[in-house]
Amino acid sequence: MPREYLVATYAEPGALVDAVTRIRAHGFKIYDVYTPCPVHGLDEAMGLRRSRLGYVAFVAGALGMIAALLFQFYCAVWSWNVNVGGKPDNSTLAFIPITFEITILAAGLATAKVFLARSGLLPGATAQLAASGVTDDTFAIALRWRNTVFDTGEARRVLTESGAIEIRQTEMDL
Amino acid sequence: MSSPVRALDTDRIHAVRRRRWIDEPLALSEITDDVARPLNTWPSMGWFAAFGVAVTALAIGVACVTYEIATGIGTWGLNRTVGWAFDITNFVFWIGIGHAGTLISAILLLFRQQWRTSINRSAEAMTIFAVICAALFPLIHMGRPWLFYFVIPYPNQRGSLWPNFRSPLLWDVFAINTYLTISLVFWYVGMIPDFATLRDRADGIRKRIYAALCLGWNGSYRTWTRYEAASLILAGLATPLVLSVHSIVSMDFAVSILPGWHTTIFPPYFVAGAVYSGFGMVLTLLILTRSLMHLERYITIRHLDAMAKVTLLTGSIVGLSYATELFTAWFNGSIYEKAMFYNRATGPYWLAFWTMVSCNALMPQLLWLRRLRTSAAGLFVLSIFVNLGMWLERFVIIVTSLHRSYLPSSWVMYRPTFIEVGTLIGSFGLFFTCFLLFIRLLPMIAMWEIKAGADVRVEEAADHA
Repeated sequence: MPREYLVATYAEPGALVDAVTRIRAHGFKIYDVYTPCPVHGLDEAMGLRRSRLGYVAFVAGALGMIAALLFQFYCAVWSWNVNVGGKPDNSTLAFIPITFEITILAAGLATAKVFLARSGLLPGATAQLAASGVTDDTFAIALRWRNTVFDTGEARRVLTESGAIEIRQTEMDL
Repeated sequence: MSSPVRALDTDRIHAVRRRRWIDEPLALSEITDDVARPLNTWPSMGWFAAFGVAVTALAIGVACVTYEIATGIGTWGLNRTVGWAFDITNFVFWIGIGHAGTLISAILLLFRQQWRTSINRSAEAMTIFAVICAALFPLIHMGRPWLFYFVIPYPNQRGSLWPNFRSPLLWDVFAINTYLTISLVFWYVGMIPDFATLRDRADGIRKRIYAALCLGWNGSYRTWTRYEAASLILAGLATPLVLSVHSIVSMDFAVSILPGWHTTIFPPYFVAGAVYSGFGMVLTLLILTRSLMHLERYITIRHLDAMAKVTLLTGSIVGLSYATELFTAWFNGSIYEKAMFYNRATGPYWLAFWTMVSCNALMPQLLWLRRLRTSAAGLFVLSIFVNLGMWLERFVIIVTSLHRSYLPSSWVMYRPTFIEVGTLIGSFGLFFTCFLLFIRLLPMIAMWEIKAGADVRVEEAADHA
């Protein structure tokens, strides 16, 4: 759904981090920042919390591990036990390599899938850029503009002071 | 403004270290232009020549494999005693090549080695193509490759009769498929931001393709933080994975009771050999590519130097493993082990053995010379010897152990036929065809990672001003 945003652009990452710190200190909420690459120190400046993807990887890996172990046990002991060289049906140690591989596979696929889904990166998704060049060499800050609770003059002043190259007020579907 | 305390700040030390890898400061848009240029221009004559050779090699391989499948596995030089010779040699060789890609993209990411950013994308691509080449050999060796799905545990009308989970060959199936899948995911996720960059530069059909590939990436920083977390997790998963894959490949041998195979040193020995051969191939490819695509600014002599050092380290581990095998053969008191080693060194395949020792244990020691490490031509020649040596290592391990095992009545000689050699040539053709298409169709240098490194330099410059 298109909404109104105040978008300020910057040419270099240092100015961007300073600007983000300054804007937040003035009590404005940052909708998002758009950059062509990860910027050192921007997570802290934006106050973003740590990603919880690690938990996803752990849970998926644990489930994969249990499933692989149980499945091999089911096949080799329960469903149809075949005597190979007199080895015991339940050769648990020999099941470990496959269990390990399935653990990694489940954790990796789940991490990638959840990351893409959570970030809205889906097949057929289209992107609207906050400013031209944010995938090349431009850094942009977007503030949600609401005419009831937004001091546009103050916001523009802070953004200008922080070294913005250009400030635009536009309607977009970010 | 710099005080002694500030100068010791670890972040700044890292920043200074990072700065070395690319010579001149580059504007961010310049990086985009340099990497995207080959994708928008008509390929050079050099590229067409290389592509022609690669496709010809591939065609030879396709013809040989077609003939082999139509006629039967007897067209190969394999026999009852040496049943594993050429295909498993090539399989282990190609899997090993892939390992350097994962080492560069995952392990060096965890170690925060900045120099990986220029080469990780192409090394990952190399991994994927190498694993595809590797997977082809067991498939072809099945004789009836259309029945490959018998190795997958699926409910069937034969019982269900399940595959034997105690067999290292089945472990291999899972290891290789997991490795291929995770490498593909890692490679693709790594390219998403670059696809978005290309989308915003292109028009027409190319724009539509890149737009579809980048899944609606818009550079949001909330996505970036998750993206970095996901990359680290995938790297953390790929690291034990890559170690496990070649360990499992080595267990194909180590779990048997054949002299020369039945040793506990095999997993670490194979992993070191894999990384060594992989770096050999990375050097071969990147030295060619950097001049072919004019990317000397990004893949500098210092990158080659760093890769040469890894080659030296892993080559030394391989040399140490050879010495350990020799020592064990002499020390463990088993006459079969001793006879096998003696046969390797002085038997009918002595030439393969000693070429292997000189290529893998002696030649990398030349890399102690700084002059060689900083010479692109010298490294290229050396990398060819590394590839040759590591191929021969697998040949020596497989053929010499099989052709004279416990029962003298089944001792035979093995010699590859034209069909086998043609299949090997075909696998090189497939590998290079894929790689040459990759450098024309996809961004072969990770633009966003280079920019993230360049961005440190900008801060530095601002601090010093």
